[in-house]
Amino acid sequence: MTDVGEVIARTHRAEWARVVATLARRFGDLDIAEEMAAEAFATAVERWPVDGVPPNPGGWLTTTAHRKAVDRVRREARREEKHREALMLSDTPEPLGAIDDDRLRLVFTCCHPALAMETRVALTLRMVGGLTVPEIAHAFLVQETAMGQRITRAKTKIKAARIPYRVPSREDLPARVTGVLAVLYLIFNEGYLASDPGQEAVRADLTAEAIRLTRLVRALLPADGEVVGLLALMLLTEARRAARVSASGELVTLGEQDRGAWDRELIAEGHALVRARLASGRAPGRYQILAAINAVHTDARDIRDTDWSQIVALYDQLLRLDPSPIVRLNRAIAVAELDGPEVALAEVDRLPLEGYHAFHATRADLLRRLGRSVQSRAAYDRAIALAGNTAETAYLIRRRDQLTGP
Amino acid sequence: MAQYLMSVLFDSNDLATDDEMAAIDVFNEQLQADGHWVFAGGLASPDTATVVDGRNGEPVFTDGPYLESKEHVAGFWIVEAPDLDVALRLAAQGSQSCNRRVELRPFLTA
Repeated sequence: MTDVGEVIARTHRAEWARVVATLARRFGDLDIAEEMAAEAFATAVERWPVDGVPPNPGGWLTTTAHRKAVDRVRREARREEKHREALMLSDTPEPLGAIDDDRLRLVFTCCHPALAMETRVALTLRMVGGLTVPEIAHAFLVQETAMGQRITRAKTKIKAARIPYRVPSREDLPARVTGVLAVLYLIFNEGYLASDPGQEAVRADLTAEAIRLTRLVRALLPADGEVVGLLALMLLTEARRAARVSASGELVTLGEQDRGAWDRELIAEGHALVRARLASGRAPGRYQILAAINAVHTDARDIRDTDWSQIVALYDQLLRLDPSPIVRLNRAIAVAELDGPEVALAEVDRLPLEGYHAFHATRADLLRRLGRSVQSRAAYDRAIALAGNTAETAYLIRRRDQLTGP
Repeated sequence: MAQYLMSVLFDSNDLATDDEMAAIDVFNEQLQADGHWVFAGGLASPDTATVVDGRNGEPVFTDGPYLESKEHVAGFWIVEAPDLDVALRLAAQGSQSCNRRVELRPFLTA
């Protein structure tokens, strides 16, 4: 029984997106695709423990879901004549986009620019990731009903506004891929540093899902350097997850992490991806540069071995692509290691990031290193007030309380 | 094919400049040549609006627009397009030609 349960869970992870995507193409309707895929899995949960697992679980699910969908469309066609058109439609193949893969089309439909960012995230997790509405609602701390409505509204808009179910044409592709990667990175980051104090500090389920989906996109678009870059970035970040929160639930900064607890396998894979991109000789994008920065960090056996000049150089490269204050803040943190806290503080103080907790946390640390305790304490207070993550708050409070003297 | 309303959003009563009018003409001709054209028109300023309420027998006429807002609809296109991606491309070209923001909405289909 347990074995069958495991097979079903594994099949769900591996096959959900394929089943939904195949049905979406055949019926041109995300609602039908999703509901019938869910029903097919429900049937599997009933039948497989009795009948045994079929030799081709994915094919069994697709066939079952397809049969259920046809039944439903027929039922509705009898009820209302004009639904007959829907049946006819299912035989008309949609024009293929740049790449012919149902799952990729599903990803691009869920991440369509006409949908709000938060809706794209929710829809991607539901349709491509197969997460349930309560799971998504839990992950993003909203009411289940609100999350359900958000997904329903998105599907309505897809239908009413005729958001096409297809991979965008080649000239639109780069811009659309960027949107897809932004959604995946958002899912990963919410997992890696949960933004709400009511949540666990690190959500391994979300980081794992983001990595899985990024692997999927990479398998589908192997030539896109930024997809590789994002995957490498996620792997090199994920590799440090176990060392990132202490037993007492406090954030452990990079310098203090037990590097023996880092996941060597993920690091090796991430490094290989970064090296392959470098070898391609093509100009790297934002995710590739961020991955390279993380490759330098994970290369060092000790924080003191870190090649800070290379990290600063990479941030300079990133600044040319994205001259945002947040990039400048991160660059300043590396500058502090290279040129000292005074130089870094001068740069940080110029940044318009008053409402961002990491800005105050960085200032607090630099001021502490310069022995300016009073100002440092004030900056820690500000950072604590703005931080949402429990592990981070615990860390900031301890650092503040360690301050001595004026 | 579906029909879409492309509303031109604007925040002053200034009319389109000669250059903008010329660009709009080029865009309109292209819409017609490509078979997207249904109808289009510019609207007089919101000051010219009258709100009419005929729901309770004797109609009530109220001077001025229904909503006092910074932005109003200055004109519109109705276009025909197979899907949203095509309509979005048309809206982007429309916005560029008239040099104003454009809101895109599908008509309800029966």
